[in-house]
Amino acid sequence: MPDARISIPPKVNRNEPFEVRVQIRHPMETGYRTDDVGKSIPRNVIRAFTCRLDGDVVFSAQLSSGIAANPYLRYFAIAQSSGEMTFEWVDDAGVRGSERVAVTVA
Amino acid sequence: MASNAAMKPVRRRLLQATGAMLLIASRPLRAADVALPSIPSMAAWLAGRTPRFERIKLDLPSIADNGFAVPMKITVTGPFAPGPYVKSIRLFSETNPVPDMAAFEFLQPLERVEIDSRVRLAGTQQVVAIAEMTDGKLYASVHEVIVTLAGCMDGT
Repeated sequence: MPDARISIPPKVNRNEPFEVRVQIRHPMETGYRTDDVGKSIPRNVIRAFTCRLDGDVVFSAQLSSGIAANPYLRYFAIAQSSGEMTFEWVDDAGVRGSERVAVTVA
Repeated sequence: MASNAAMKPVRRRLLQATGAMLLIASRPLRAADVALPSIPSMAAWLAGRTPRFERIKLDLPSIADNGFAVPMKITVTGPFAPGPYVKSIRLFSETNPVPDMAAFEFLQPLERVEIDSRVRLAGTQQVVAIAEMTDGKLYASVHEVIVTLAGCMDGT
């Protein structure tokens, strides 16, 4: 199972906002929970999320423990021409994730 | 009939009085709705700037059974062209241990600005969303959420 599910419309119109939906599989550990033996579980949340279109950043988010586990984001973006949309994120443990989807401009 | 006609002004006056009382009663409530809660990190970010309570809408349920995942929606109403556009949206929590919940940045001149996500809320509180435009103008929206089960404790 991939780390993230990303959905964009199969075809988008040039310069017209289209919906981007992202859900990343991540516990977004708050740092306030303890494990079975009472040891505190260190904080580990996705800090930064970046969405690029053909290399240019179009949207970015700084997240915190205030965002629910398996963070979900829905936002809009525009494209001038067909290309590749890339998604990158990094958590407190330094673990990076990425995903890419093709954007087709009708 | 005559008594009916005599009664009418009384009822009218009563209704008017009730209406006036309702108006007076709702006034302070509305004023409280549009005041920013005191959140030190938000005040630090604002640095003396005052956002206006328009254009942005923060949608949250009024009562959340479970603070672990509360659906949240932010909408900034356009039209924006030819500018200024939305540059960023910040989300602040009144009582979460981490008050700076999220910051979203838009690097395109977007005509449709919406953000959907799910947030964690540590208890009943006010949540603030502030949009910053490319010309530096600020718009804010405040929403109070009653949280039955706080979202920071162990879920077990």
